[in-house]
Amino acid sequence: MDTIETVKNKQSVTMKPPATSQGKLGWIKENLFSRWYHAFLTIAAAIVGGYVIVQTFQFIIAADWSVISANFRLLMVGQFPIEEIWRVWASFCLVSILLGFSWGIWKGSIGHVAMTIGAIYVVMACMPFVGMNTRVLVLSNLALLGVTYIVGAKVPRVKIPVLLLWVLLIPLCILLFNGFGILKPVGTSFWGGFLLTILLASVSIICSFPIGVLLALGRRSKLPVIKWFCIIYIEFIRGIPLITVLFVGQLMLPLFLGDGVQLDNVLRAMVGFTAFSAAYLAENVRGGLQSLPRGQFEAAQALGFNSTLMMVFIILPQALRAVIPAMVGQFISIFKDTSLVAIVGLTDLLGMGKKLVANPDFLGKQMEVFIFIAFVYFIFCYLMSHVSRRLEVSLGVGKR
Amino acid sequence: MGLLNTLRVAFFGVILTSIIGVFVGIARLSNNWLVTKLAGVYIEIFRNTPLLVQIFIWFFAVFLPMPRIQEALQIGPVYFSNRGTAIPWYETHSNTLLWVTLVIIGVISSIITFKILIKKEVETGVKKQPTLVAISIFIITCIVGFMITKTGPVAISTPSVEGRGFVGGYTLTPEFSAILIGLVIYTSTFIAEIVRAGIMGVPKGQVEASKALGFKNSTSLRLIIFPQAIRIIIPPLTSQYLNLIKNSSLAVAVGYQDIVSIGGTVMNQTGRMVEGIAIMIAVYLIFSLVTSLFMNFFNKKYQLVER
Repeated sequence: MDTIETVKNKQSVTMKPPATSQGKLGWIKENLFSRWYHAFLTIAAAIVGGYVIVQTFQFIIAADWSVISANFRLLMVGQFPIEEIWRVWASFCLVSILLGFSWGIWKGSIGHVAMTIGAIYVVMACMPFVGMNTRVLVLSNLALLGVTYIVGAKVPRVKIPVLLLWVLLIPLCILLFNGFGILKPVGTSFWGGFLLTILLASVSIICSFPIGVLLALGRRSKLPVIKWFCIIYIEFIRGIPLITVLFVGQLMLPLFLGDGVQLDNVLRAMVGFTAFSAAYLAENVRGGLQSLPRGQFEAAQALGFNSTLMMVFIILPQALRAVIPAMVGQFISIFKDTSLVAIVGLTDLLGMGKKLVANPDFLGKQMEVFIFIAFVYFIFCYLMSHVSRRLEVSLGVGKR
Repeated sequence: MGLLNTLRVAFFGVILTSIIGVFVGIARLSNNWLVTKLAGVYIEIFRNTPLLVQIFIWFFAVFLPMPRIQEALQIGPVYFSNRGTAIPWYETHSNTLLWVTLVIIGVISSIITFKILIKKEVETGVKKQPTLVAISIFIITCIVGFMITKTGPVAISTPSVEGRGFVGGYTLTPEFSAILIGLVIYTSTFIAEIVRAGIMGVPKGQVEASKALGFKNSTSLRLIIFPQAIRIIIPPLTSQYLNLIKNSSLAVAVGYQDIVSIGGTVMNQTGRMVEGIAIMIAVYLIFSLVTSLFMNFFNKKYQLVER
């Protein structure tokens, strides 16, 4: 009896596949050394990659980051008066709260954003050069993020107010900087550093979106004057570089407006960005409009919608949904392009970096300053493109 | 002058960025895990930082802090200094014209033989080695050229430092190098993604069918995948080329004397802002139009001929 069972057991033992086609070793063979030239490529890539990584780490350790720590406030908020800095913090808290709520309500890719922002808070709080006040404020922001996450997850009813606040966020912040008419306003000439970058980008995104949609609709209009105006505007703007648009904004806008209207530098730059990105957004939206089947238009007309109602309730929601990833891509490029204001003399993040480099106290620290700036831009652009990729998957665009 | 400088950056930029972009795009699709990841990291890093920051890094942090010209850094025949980078360059001599003619004749005749042999191979089914024959015809013309002239096609002049300047070779100014490298690397990441999307956009069945028909890997890439991918690639590629040309206007930030920079100087000196800006805009509009016309022509050529 006993012996028979052991025999049975022995027979039922399945042979394992050879070690080279499974597990870690198999993976390595499959993905790195499948052919002789792949082996060669792997070794070459490993040498190049390793060299770059070692060099990068050596640079990070050897570099003198004191130029960043000494000017951290300048890089972040520029010349913003220190006694009014609470307004920036208030806006910050608002963002944290909104982000926490959205994370709790929607989860998903918003969570990645919230976690990254939280990680940035933690890193900022750990930096040795940050003052005690700032540290407390940063940590309380972190706490706000966490608390609102829990609240948002428990109470999904706050969805609508949160969305509304997101839309109103930037106008609210700008109003806060202007003091609501009660407090002393902090003029745009005091905005600087990363704060100015964010404000420039978000204002131009918000303003250019409706203009872009209108231009896209106008380009498909049946009225020849509107149609040709939109076509010429879009193609003209798309044909010239952003820097010339900014020059036009800076130098020629005052000529156009005459003496009556005084616009400061920042506002002129915002106008330039808005005019520029509206044309690109219009092309994106037009792509979405063209992707809709004719049946949608016809069905809406058959149901008795007039053309305004049809656009607002039937066509635009579908068309915009189809081009969300493309629009996020456009937003990313606007965000990156705000660095161009450094050329026309504004002190955004890059402009401030340029000023720092020109300062004889920080001679020879160009690499540190610009690498830091590149890193800040990289974090935010990467976050946005990550979110856009997730959106693309969850919306199922390109799968149909 | 300004126009010429803009054209120079745009021309070299488009060529170099296409080469690097295609290379990285194919690396991104490689079966090799490490190569794929490296290409991915390259794309993410350089695509997600603003072009202007990259140009500043190249200009202020890489090319300007180079050693002075007397202590120029030498790597092989290339010299690096804060006054510029000197690279070996060719110099024409009396026999160059003869060489050029011979090479053109060689190329044309080898292409014709290649076409004829391919046609014969397809018709008769007998292997004729068209590639081998074509290459050997080209090599034979080169040997003939060498026997006639007893010199190479061009003389290579290598740079050397003499006093406060480079002698021989070709000197790239720091501004030009920074703007070119920045533009090329930044645009190449976008082109890499376009190439990847184009190759992935070819239906899988096409690859499988070509394998089932017994095509070699390289042949199926050349005859099946590439002609289909190029149709997907060309329209977005056009807009990337246009972007590169438009972005070359950022040269003004590092003082490269391109059309925008010179336009700015003219505006400062004459105070005629409207005219200055109008000239800039007109130049870029013409560039954009010419490029898109050219690419449209190219696109038409490769477009699917539908019945």
